[in-house]
Amino acid sequence: MSAILRAQGLGKRYRRRWALADCTLEVPPGHVTGLVGPNGAGKTTLLSLAVGMMSPTTGAIEVCGGRPAADAAQLAKVGFVAQDTPTYPTLTVAEHLRLGARLNPAWDDALARARIAQLGLDTAQRAGKLSGGQRAQLALTLGLAKRPQLLVLDEPVASLDPLARREFLQSLMEAVAEFELSVILSSHVVSDLERVCDHLVVLVDSTVRVTGEVETLLATHHRLSGPRREPHTLPADQQLISGSATDRQSTFVVRTDAPILDPAWTVSRLGLEDLVLAYLQRSNQPAPVLAAASAAGPTLLAVRR
Amino acid sequence: MIEFSLDSRSGVAPYQQVVQQVRQALRLGLLGKGDRLPTVKDVVASLAINPNTVLKAYRELEHEGLVAARPGVGTFVTRSLSDGSLAAHEPLRRDLRRWLTAARTAGLDEESIEALFVSTFRAAEEKTA
Amino acid sequence: MIWLTWRQFRAQALVVAAAAVAMVTVLAATGARVARLGREPTTVYEQLTRADRNLFFAGIVIMAVAPAVIGAFWGATLVAKEVEAGTHRLAWNQSVTRTRWLATKLTVVVASVAAVVGVLTFAVTWWSEPLDGAQSQTHGNLPARLTPVSFAMRGIVPVGYAVLAVVLAVAIGAVLRRSVAAIALALAVVTFLQIAAALWVRPHLAPPVVRTVVLSLGTLDGIAVNGSGKVLHITARTNAPGAWVLSNRTVDAGGHAATIPSWFDTCLPPPGVGVVREEKSDLGSCLRRLTDEGYRQRVEYQPADRFWTLQLRETALLLLGSGLVTGFCFWWTRHRIS
Repeated sequence: MSAILRAQGLGKRYRRRWALADCTLEVPPGHVTGLVGPNGAGKTTLLSLAVGMMSPTTGAIEVCGGRPAADAAQLAKVGFVAQDTPTYPTLTVAEHLRLGARLNPAWDDALARARIAQLGLDTAQRAGKLSGGQRAQLALTLGLAKRPQLLVLDEPVASLDPLARREFLQSLMEAVAEFELSVILSSHVVSDLERVCDHLVVLVDSTVRVTGEVETLLATHHRLSGPRREPHTLPADQQLISGSATDRQSTFVVRTDAPILDPAWTVSRLGLEDLVLAYLQRSNQPAPVLAAASAAGPTLLAVRR
Repeated sequence: MIEFSLDSRSGVAPYQQVVQQVRQALRLGLLGKGDRLPTVKDVVASLAINPNTVLKAYRELEHEGLVAARPGVGTFVTRSLSDGSLAAHEPLRRDLRRWLTAARTAGLDEESIEALFVSTFRAAEEKTA
Repeated sequence: MIWLTWRQFRAQALVVAAAAVAMVTVLAATGARVARLGREPTTVYEQLTRADRNLFFAGIVIMAVAPAVIGAFWGATLVAKEVEAGTHRLAWNQSVTRTRWLATKLTVVVASVAAVVGVLTFAVTWWSEPLDGAQSQTHGNLPARLTPVSFAMRGIVPVGYAVLAVVLAVAIGAVLRRSVAAIALALAVVTFLQIAAALWVRPHLAPPVVRTVVLSLGTLDGIAVNGSGKVLHITARTNAPGAWVLSNRTVDAGGHAATIPSWFDTCLPPPGVGVVREEKSDLGSCLRRLTDEGYRQRVEYQPADRFWTLQLRETALLLLGSGLVTGFCFWWTRHRIS
């Protein structure tokens, strides 16, 4: 199966600053791919490039086999729910559906109406009067009823309360189950993505840090804790992701395909959030120096969120 | 029909949680032969989880021979795990309740009770293994 | 796409349409009487009421302001408001390319502004025609339609300014991404262009007629004198009613622009204040002496029958400019907005 998104040396520069640099990435179809990273890491830039809202400075990006937003047919293949889920405040819910129907040849009106009814939205209500959660659901409805192959969502739940967040993700997952849709969604909160994503892309400081199937990532990353030792003494097949230490104890997060045999270590599984955090920590301290241990407790590396 | 729930802090992969919950329902007689499992769409809509997680769980259950998928209709239970033993559940539960009361009167708090049960359970398992 | 454009545009369109209908109604109600007066060209000015004159000048002011204002308000919001609200990210991710999105929006808005301003200018031009350039023997006159006071408020030129104002406002809005600032800047730019056109472009749209006049009591129009009795300049009559006089200068024997010789100051009869109109025998001899010394009066003007030629050429220029700005709008929207 060919990739639903393929980026080759992709970069985007705003004046002097590179918002995304040398990004080479393949996202397989049929997955819900989570794009995580701290604010300002380049998530919105990558997604904007993917939907053709902007053009790359360097490299190339291909989505659903074509150049993003190249023509109407390409636009029809990709749905986009932008950050803060913009809608027209003076247009009613019904008028938004009409907008979708007029502007999308593959529009699924039955789906749109069923969803609006299921959500209990008043079709005569102006979008400006909807709650944040309802507006997000309306934007999602527009994105889904367009019947795209790929739906891209930029921080869709960031501004929602926990209940609306849950309802939004339920709606999204229901649609994924029903339409075999590929989804790429970004978030700076990993716990939002933990259940919904089966593929992960971690973006830190404008570059892709790690990418892969969630299950594989969880199976190959381990937290080792044991007596203090220097990181360079780890075996060659264990890639150090992050580490911290006290004067007596070392804790490392490593990536390895091989089993960990050293009996000195207590090995534990990582949750998705811990895994992502390990990569974020690494970005702050590219080569973790485990000196300067405090007697008070483990040295915590600051995490940028 | 059963409902699934996920504990995101258990450390158990979500698909395994689904598998375990189906097995448990089969053991407790909540699900019997011929019963239909919730559709992937229903599970996904209630738990807000990735459909592939549910599909994977159902595939594993199918592989174990516990359920069979009938395309376009649903996934059905083909075998029960409760046969025979189900009748014994009630007296065993009564014994366990009595034991719990005894443990409380002996001054054990909840944590101690759990620890005692788990360690005894493990020790017994090791002996049989 | 047309439906969405209309849905977003209808409120502002209806407000303007209502105002235009009101104005056309007023002009239609009073126009017949003005047309009747116009049949007596020599006495038309004397028969005008104060209300007629007010309406005449109101027509000029409205046609000076309406194209820029309507254009700026309709154009500035077109892209800028979408970007301000982030809704361009919704609109541009439907199955419609942003080029088609902009093309449809521009077509609807440009056609609407051309239609509204077209109707207004037709009504005002029709209403004012009998009065344009009306002369009175005793007190004052009304500006001719070729003069800068009313040229751009008659005929088809207002449509040109309206179209230019719309596309300029769209372009400025797209660049600034702020609709209010775009309205203000577009208004300023269009106003500047209206003034600049009258000052520097329109006089050259067709080569002006140049006539050299021998100054005499019969051809003299006026003499301007400053407070200390120094003659500043002399003007001659053109004998071309309704013409737009571009320059009216005294030249020496060599044909070069000349200052009035100083003896002329003292030659003039007192009380040389302002413009002299009365016939004076010694004024005639002063003018004769000027002529004898080789001084002539050179008058450059656009004759009244050039009105439609100039209208067409200025409108064509405005539409050409609008076309360039439109091209810029497409380029900017495609490449510089995300």
